[in-house]
Amino acid sequence: MSLSNNRAVLLAAAASMLLVAGLALALFWAPEDADQGFSQRIFYIHVPIALTAYACFGWGAWKALRLLWTRESRYDLESYTAVHMGLIFGILTLVTGSIWAKISWGVWWTWSERQLTLFLVLFLFYCAYFMLRFSVEPGPRRANLSAVYALFGVALIPVSFLAIRLAENFIHPVVFTRDGPQMSGSMFVVFCVCLAAMLALFASLYTNELTGKRLDARLRELREALE
Amino acid sequence: MTYFADVAALARKDILLELRSRDTLPAMLLFVVSALVVFHFSLPSEASATASTGLLWIALLFTALLGLGRAFTAEREQRVLDGLVLAPCDRSAIWLAKCLGVLVFLGVAEAVALPAYGLFFEPVGWELVAAILLANLGLAAVGTLLAAMAAASRARELLLPLLFLPLVIPVVVGGVGATVVDDPGRYLGFLALYDLIFAILSWASFEYVVVE
Repeated sequence: MSLSNNRAVLLAAAASMLLVAGLALALFWAPEDADQGFSQRIFYIHVPIALTAYACFGWGAWKALRLLWTRESRYDLESYTAVHMGLIFGILTLVTGSIWAKISWGVWWTWSERQLTLFLVLFLFYCAYFMLRFSVEPGPRRANLSAVYALFGVALIPVSFLAIRLAENFIHPVVFTRDGPQMSGSMFVVFCVCLAAMLALFASLYTNELTGKRLDARLRELREALE
Repeated sequence: MTYFADVAALARKDILLELRSRDTLPAMLLFVVSALVVFHFSLPSEASATASTGLLWIALLFTALLGLGRAFTAEREQRVLDGLVLAPCDRSAIWLAKCLGVLVFLGVAEAVALPAYGLFFEPVGWELVAAILLANLGLAAVGTLLAAMAAASRARELLLPLLFLPLVIPVVVGGVGATVVDDPGRYLGFLALYDLIFAILSWASFEYVVVE
C-alpha cells in the first residue's frame, strides 16, 4: 500500500513540476510565432492535451484487449478509468481548440479544422461508451461490452481521421508533416516538456482515480459481507 | 464447411421468420418512402441536387437503424439467444447470419428507396448504387454487433442510435463523397476499407458480446 502511495505522490509531484515548467517555458521562453504572435502559444497546451487524449484512449483499448484476452476483471476498471480520463482530455481539447480557432480565424467553431472535428466525433463516441456502461448491470457482461466498444474506438480514430481528411478542404496550419515537425529547436523542446507534463498529469490522475475506484469497490464488498 | 452450413441455417431462420410475421420489412419500406416525402418538403425549392443526395443517405441510415433495432427482438423476448449460445456452433456464425439477414432487409428497402428517390428527386447514377452496396456491408456489420450490445442493456432501443451514429460517420463521408465528386474511386475505396476493418473487428468480437 505504501509503495503505491509513494508512486502516486511521486507522479503527482512530477506532473505539477512539469506543468509549471512547461507553462513557464511556453509563456516566457519559447520564441514568438512570426504569423500568429502571442496567441500561437496555446499550441503548447492544446496539442499536448490532444495527444494525451489519444494516449488515454489507446491505453483504455489496450486494457480492454487484455481483459478480453485474460478475462481478469481488474482490467475492466483500468480500461474504464483510462477512457474516463480520455474523455476529460478530449473535452479540454475541444475547448482549447475552440479558443484557438476564435483567436486565429475569428470563429468559435470551424468544420475545416480536422483535429477538432475528429475530437467532436470521438466525444460523441465515448459519451455513448458511458451510456452503454451505465445501462448494463455491473458484472462480466458489462466488462465485455465496454471492452469491445473501447476497441472499436481505437479503430474509429484513424478511420475517422481519414474520413475527415477526405471530406475536407485545408486551412489549418499543419505543424507536423511527413518531413518531421515544422518548428524551430527551442519550440520543439518546449512542446516536448508540455507533452511530458500532460502525460504525467494523465498518469497521476489515472493512478489516483483507479485507487479511489478500487477502494469504493472494496468498501461495497465489505458492506455486503456485513449485511 | 459446417460453419457455413450453420450460417445458412441461421440466416434462413431470420428470413423465414420475417416472411411469416412481416414485422420489420414493411415498416422499413414505409419509413424510407415517408422520410423521402418529408425531405421533399424540408428542402427549399432552390436547393441543389447535392443536398438531396445528403438527405437520401440520412434516410438510408435511419432506415437501417429501424431494422437493426428489431434485429434481436425475437432472440431477446423468446430467449433464443441463450439457446444459440449453447448450441455447438461458432458464436461468430450467429453474427454472420444476422448480418446476412440485415443485408437482405436493407437491400429490399433500398430497392424501393432508390426508384422512389429517382422519381421524386434526381436520377440515380452507378456511383450511388456502388456506394450504397459498399455502405450496406459496413452498416450491417457494425449495426449487428451494436444491436446485440444494445439488446443486452437496459436502455435497448434508446441506446442503439447513440452507439451507431458516431461509428457510421465515415460511411456517410464515403457515401456522400462518392456521389457528389467527379472521381468517386477514392471514396469507394475508403468505404471498402471501412467494411474490411469493421467487419473483421465485429466478427472477432461478437463472441464477447453474447457470452459472459
